[in-house]
Amino acid sequence: MERNLMKGNEALAEAAIRAGCKCFFGYPITPQTEISAYMAKRMPKVGGVFLQAESEIAAINMVYGCASSGIRCMTSSSSPGISLKSEGVSYIAGSDLPCVIINVMRGGPGLGGIQPSQSDYWQATRALGHGDFQVLVYAPSSVQEMADYVTKAFDMADKFRMPALILADGLLGQMMEPVTFADGEIKMSDASGKPWATCGHGNKRPHNIINSLYLQAEELEQHNIERFKRYELVKAECPEAESYLTDDADIVVAAYGSTARLARSAVDTARSRGIKAGLVRPITLWPFPDKQIKAACANAKRVLVTEMSMGQMVDDIKLAIECRLPVSFFGRTGGVIPKPSEILAQIVTLDEELKGE
Amino acid sequence: MAKMKVDFDACKGCGLCATACPKKIVSIQHDKLNKKGYYTAVCIDNDACIGCALCAVMCPDCAITVKNGGVD
Amino acid sequence: MPDFTKPHALTDVPFHYCPGCTHGIVHRLVAEVIDEMEIEGDTIGICPVGCSVMAYDYFNCDMIEAAHGRAPAVATGVKRANPDKFVFTYQGDGDLAAIGTAETIHAATRGENITVIFINNTTYGMTGGQMAPTTLPGQVTQTTPYGRNTNVEGFPVKVCEILSQISGVALAERVTVTDPANIRKAKAAIRKGFEFQKNKQGFSLIEVLSTCPTNWGKSPVESLEWLKENMIPYYPLGVYKEGAVR
Repeated sequence: MERNLMKGNEALAEAAIRAGCKCFFGYPITPQTEISAYMAKRMPKVGGVFLQAESEIAAINMVYGCASSGIRCMTSSSSPGISLKSEGVSYIAGSDLPCVIINVMRGGPGLGGIQPSQSDYWQATRALGHGDFQVLVYAPSSVQEMADYVTKAFDMADKFRMPALILADGLLGQMMEPVTFADGEIKMSDASGKPWATCGHGNKRPHNIINSLYLQAEELEQHNIERFKRYELVKAECPEAESYLTDDADIVVAAYGSTARLARSAVDTARSRGIKAGLVRPITLWPFPDKQIKAACANAKRVLVTEMSMGQMVDDIKLAIECRLPVSFFGRTGGVIPKPSEILAQIVTLDEELKGE
Repeated sequence: MAKMKVDFDACKGCGLCATACPKKIVSIQHDKLNKKGYYTAVCIDNDACIGCALCAVMCPDCAITVKNGGVD
Repeated sequence: MPDFTKPHALTDVPFHYCPGCTHGIVHRLVAEVIDEMEIEGDTIGICPVGCSVMAYDYFNCDMIEAAHGRAPAVATGVKRANPDKFVFTYQGDGDLAAIGTAETIHAATRGENITVIFINNTTYGMTGGQMAPTTLPGQVTQTTPYGRNTNVEGFPVKVCEILSQISGVALAERVTVTDPANIRKAKAAIRKGFEFQKNKQGFSLIEVLSTCPTNWGKSPVESLEWLKENMIPYYPLGVYKEGAVR
């Protein structure tokens, strides 16, 4: 195992290459540019392709073409760029193609800012484009996870023939931590195992068609129904969450991504003061780890959701615990990072509430 | 001997073939509609057909085949 | 003389195009070139959004349906991953010269080794005949009911002229399919585009002046005449750029 000190964005890029990602199509935007820069440097040396597209729209459509031909490929961007990609993501999902998309989130809406944020949760889990579809969403929380989950994202995307999204933020992208990669030679992906790929039929099979157009309503409905049946398999296999000190916790903090790191530190301080606090961290945001969240909150009396947004995950947490507990929210937004002390103050307030009951 | 053949149901009766025929022997018949509801192209003088295939070259629906015995 | 039959690179599915629409002729020419070069098994075609959206049902090679205007980007993705395959896009004027202008220009500037078949019929056919980027000055369409007023709607986009200024372009040629002689030239241009691609020499685009009898409100034969009288003077036929980029 190699151990390296790397930025989150770079670790993710290296892991993608090691997962067989042959082609990367990017467009510059802060704070994900290290991914493109890393790919530009590394891809030519390993027989892969780096291409800077003329726009986010072009980049995602290059992914669409490349994925159609059965090759593992990826694009990355940050919030405003992801909005531009949503057309292409819808076509990719509608054509049942695997690919990996990275969103290193920054503050919004509009041009917003360039500081870290988690304000694209709704976009990622509900509306990454028009039409009836979902994408797999992984929310890593460390540099190591940036690497591990991009690998998993490629595998699951291939397995379920759907786009997978890594929802990171500027903090994770820019921070440096040790990361290890599995040993082994880098092997670029090909179309093997993908009989549906449009890579030239070689006069050996009927022609393949990659398409999301169905002019007969019933036919389109049937495709959507089949896709959602596949989503049920994804829901059965993919949900992941991490629980920390939740077994006896009165107060469970729910947070994902880099906010979970801050929340964990607040939980530790609370524990040191005798407050029974715990943390549950969704790792998949779609499918949402309902069971894991519910189990983590089994003995809790209060739930505190904390995010770098105006509270986009709150409803999912309420649904996961079937609205059985009071759920409060604390978040900072617009690129402001919550301090562990601020989260701690919320925990303390909830604890005092409980003591007063 | 007739060399050009129109696929009756594939023809849409657009008449582009007739514009290309050097012998002026292709026209649209107005006796019988095909499945799509079009009057179709026909060769009105089979003996005069020289098999040049310009009608087929002009056809937007690949509805005309021309047989010359397959010899170049 | 040889027999004349439907090329193998076209499927048996009948075209859905209106009577006299020249899309069918251009489809056949592309397929004939694929047959003659014996590359059907190594070719991937990209369809646009517009009347030829369902071209994936008509070509026997592998096919991809792209979003409106994005075909050159999709083609880029296929080609970069599969540099030894033949990749062509088939696009209309709205797709290529309005919503897809950026994708077209930048695939050209990169010298992307693909072949673009560009159908210019001065209108958005599929949606019922609205003004296209290539609609002629004064031309009546659904959205220019008093004729295209260049003071209001601006001027037509001349794609080959623009591409002739771009270094990555190996071939920009404008042809038409109004008669057998021009059809022969059109096919030769398409063949040239694929040959450039075979030799990895850069971006090739063949603009085909085409008719839209339905939305022009003319018979198929009248449409050919209208094209010759009105389109060719504004969009002169010929080679605008030719020569290997690489």
